[in-house]
Parts: sequence; structure tokens; C-alpha cells
Amino acid sequence: MSMTIATPLAAADKPRRRARKSRQWQGLLYIAPAIILVTIFFVIPVLFTVWMSFHNWPLLGQPSWIGLDNYIRMFSDTRFAAALSFTAYYTVIATIAIFALAFPLALFVQNERRGVSAYRTIFFLPVVVGLATASLLWVWLANVDSGLFSPILRAFGVTGRSANLLATFNNAFATIIVMVVWKIVGFTMIILLTGLQSIPSDLIEAARIDGASRWQRFRFLTLPLMRRTLALALILSVTGSVLAFDQFYIMTSGGPQNRMISVVYYIFNQSFVSFQLGYGSALSIVLLGILVALSVVQLWLLRVGDEK
Amino acid sequence: MSAAIKQARARRKFFGGMGFHGFGVLASFFFLAPFFWAGLSSLRPGSQSQTPPLPPWPTNGISFDSYATLDTFGSGVWQHTFNSLLVSLSTVVLTVIVSLLAGYGFSRYRFPFKNVFFVLIIATLMIPFQSILTPLFIILAKLGLNNSLVGLILVYVTLQLPFSVFMMRNAFDAVPREIEEAARIDGARDLKLLVRVLLPLVMPGVATVAIFAFLNAWNEFLAALILLSDNDKYTLPVLMTAVRAGRLGAINWGAVQAGVMVMTIPCLVIFLLLQRYYMRGLMAGAVK
Repeated sequence: MSMTIATPLAAADKPRRRARKSRQWQGLLYIAPAIILVTIFFVIPVLFTVWMSFHNWPLLGQPSWIGLDNYIRMFSDTRFAAALSFTAYYTVIATIAIFALAFPLALFVQNERRGVSAYRTIFFLPVVVGLATASLLWVWLANVDSGLFSPILRAFGVTGRSANLLATFNNAFATIIVMVVWKIVGFTMIILLTGLQSIPSDLIEAARIDGASRWQRFRFLTLPLMRRTLALALILSVTGSVLAFDQFYIMTSGGPQNRMISVVYYIFNQSFVSFQLGYGSALSIVLLGILVALSVVQLWLLRVGDEK
Repeated sequence: MSAAIKQARARRKFFGGMGFHGFGVLASFFFLAPFFWAGLSSLRPGSQSQTPPLPPWPTNGISFDSYATLDTFGSGVWQHTFNSLLVSLSTVVLTVIVSLLAGYGFSRYRFPFKNVFFVLIIATLMIPFQSILTPLFIILAKLGLNNSLVGLILVYVTLQLPFSVFMMRNAFDAVPREIEEAARIDGARDLKLLVRVLLPLVMPGVATVAIFAFLNAWNEFLAALILLSDNDKYTLPVLMTAVRAGRLGAINWGAVQAGVMVMTIPCLVIFLLLQRYYMRGLMAGAVK
């Protein structure tokens, strides 16, 4: 009896296992479209960037192999050095400005009070419009003849006559920083809010009963417990700033005396204005290296957060 | 005595509330004012469009002059709005389909190199697309997709994939396997099972993926600027560079305000209607 059952079972087992195996292979079919897209529009372009960076690659005509010349050229390219230092300067100032405002706002909207969810929504609104749109809106507001800031500054007696905010480096830079803070701060606020809300409230309560002052609770409890969130918000803000392009292209067209050319803007100029595609690729590789280095720092910061 | 304390407490609460909402209203003004200023100013007649927006509202009747002027740029505002909508909606549809399939595959099947593929998709987040635009320009030309909205859509879909596949895999992971087994016994298989049975269960994830795909495609500027060269194919942000550049050295600020409103309003409406799903996506991204 047992034999008669076992035999058909064993016989049936083989095709069934094969069926299950083929069913598992179907998984590859499901992910195939995603893999194909990522390969064609991401993996190949990345590899191609490396390949192009070793060439003199004009828009028309034959590319020619020049080895490391593009990379060597970078070291004597003062405009690239200027773009790097401007981008670094912008990244530091923008990140400080965003955090200086996002933290108080996150603490403000952390309170579960009436109306607080409306405030959250309102502070977040500029995040969902495009950076290009925001740049256009603000370049109008900052315009000397038809904008809003110039007459307001004059009315408050800050400036004697009509001030052209976008004419000097410092004023244009400040205008762009205010625009970026307006546009981005709600995003950083929400990220920080998730960190604040993950702190157990009884912990804070216990510290309060033990007599810790408001500042002490913030400094020795809230900040250390938010380490991971802070690292994430910091990295998002830094990478976003390093990649800045729209605001400089739209608001100042590279700024007074071409002093507002960011790294991405410089690559754009080399590749698509001067059509030196090989050199543009080499610059892209450097940008990519900078960003990967920043990602490694991010992972390191997060790991440190885990140990704590 | 206790009445006095109660009174003091009530007073403190009142002034605390005053301070809270005072700050809130002030901050709200900072965030909302630019939108209102641009929106109201865009309704001023053409004769006022070059004057400072004080007051911003139209003083003698609402006028759509600014929008009419905007329409004279490029191939007309309708054409470019259509381009933007076509690109954004196609990006949404394709992103949803591709990430739905991939999320299902990654969640429910075991196959060779599964983790390698997953990491490959997620790892593209580490590489900024700004750094691959130069070769992308050439590769699209080789594929015959340069200066085409189709090429732009495919690039946008690819850029959405890391986040979307991750979201959809998590959405499928949260669906109990028993539901599938029950459906399979009832005879539903493969795609039919996915669309009829599972899709309704992962709908919140789909909504999140769709909102991010729409907003990112609608707002994207640099790739569109580089990859589109024909005037009549421009999406709205690229059209606006022509408006911003002005004609004969003069910029029509009314047209700028009108363009800003055309680009802003869809974003705000979608966000306000589907805020819950947007925030869910943001939180998922922030926690992970």
C-alpha cells in the first residue's frame, strides 16, 4: 500500500519541483523592465562617462583618445577651481541657513496643539513646487524695477534709492539663500520632526522631573538621540546644495562677473555650450567622486549613530 | 488663592497661545506670501505688469493680459502645458507599471542574483543624474531618442525607479501571503492575480509612487533643458527660460508671474489633495 502511494508521489514530485523552479524564474520577468531601464539609462551612461572622459569628444566629428589629458587639464583650470570653491561656499552657507531655521520650526510644529497640522502643511508648501519655478518667482520679486523687495527696502529706509539686489555678488547671493531657505526648509523640518517624534516622551519627562533645564534636555537628550536623523537631513541638504544649478542659471545667469557658476553649471557650460563633451565627462567623474565621498561620510555618520 | 493660581495659569496659557499662534501666523505669511503675491499680480492688466506689485491685487478689474502675453512665447502656453502634462502623466503611468512589477518580483520570488539586482537599482540613488547627463545626451542620440519627449520620459522613469521599487517592494511585503494562496486556489494566476487581487491592496503605495513621479517630472528642469532642442517640444520650465530671457532686452514680468502660476497650481492642488500619501513616502524615505 505504502509503495503504491509512494511511487506516484515521487513521480509527481519531479515536475512539480520543476514547475516551482520555473515559477521562481518568473521573478526575473517581473523585474526585467526595471533592470533594462536602469541598465540603459543609468549603468551604461555611468560607464560611458568614464570612457568619454579619456577622449577629446567634440559634438560633431570623431572623438580621439587623449588618455588622462582631461584630468590633467583640470588642475590648471582656474574657472573650475572657482566653481568648486563657489559650490563649497554655497553649500556651507545654505546648509547652515536651512538648519538654523528648520530646527526651530521642527520644534514649533512638534507641539500637538490646535492648528499645528495646518502650520506643517503651510511651511511645507514651497517644497512641492519646482526649484526652477521658485527661482523664477523670486527673480521677479528681487527685480529692481518691477519687483517687491526693492520698494519695500526703500520704504523701510534700508536703502536710499532703488536697490538692484541681483547686481552685486553679496546681495544676489543673499537673495538666493533666502529663496532656497524658503523653498527647502519645510522639507528639512519634516525630516527633523520624524526624528523628534521618535524620542520617547517619558525620557524627556524623566529628565524634566530630575531638574534638567530646557536647554540641558535639548543638548544632552534630544540632540544625541536625533543623531541619525540629523545625519540624514545634513547629507540631503549637502548633496542637494552641491548639485545646485537651477537657481544660478535662472536667477543670475551665473551671477555678477560670472562668480556664481556652480560645479553642475560649469559642467553644463563645458558639455553643452562649448561642446567639449570629453572634458565635461571628466568633470562629471570628479563630481561623482565628490558625491560618493559624501555618501561614504553619510554611512559613517549613520554607523556612528548606531553605536551610540 | 486657588482662584488666583487658576487665573494666572489661564492667563499664561492665553499668552502662550498668543505667542504660539503669533509666531505661526508670521511664519505662515513668509511661506505663503510669494504665492499670493505672484497669483494676484498675474491678474493685473498688462499696463501695470512692469510696476512694483504694491498693492499686488489688480486695482481696476481682473485681467488676463499676463496669461495672453505668456501665450505668445514659444508655441503657446497650451502646447507647452500639454507637453509637460504628457511627460508627467506618462512618467507616472510607466513608473507605476514598472515598479509594481519589480516590487512584486522582489517581494514574492526567489531567483539568482536577486539581491544584486535590488542593490543595483537602489545604488543609482548614490549617483547624481547631473553627472551622467553628458553621455545620456549621446546615448539618446544613438537610440534616435534625442530631442524627443519619449526619451525624456524614459529618463524620468529611470530616475524614479530606486524610490518607487523600494516603496512597492515594501508595500507587497506588507500583504499577507495567505491572500495570494487563497486567490491562487480560486484560479487567479500571475498577472491576473497581481492586477485583480493584489493591486487594490497595495494602492496606497501606488499613490505615493505616482505623486512623487508626477511632481518630479513636472518640476524637472536641467535634463529637459539639455535633452530637448526643438522649440515646440519644450516643457513649461524650459519655455520659461525664453520668457525669463525676454525680448529685445525687456522682460515681461506679467508673463513670468503667469508662468509661475501655471507651473505652481498643479503641484499645490495635487499635494493638498493627496498630502497623506506624499508624507507617507517622505517618512518611509526618511526612516530607511
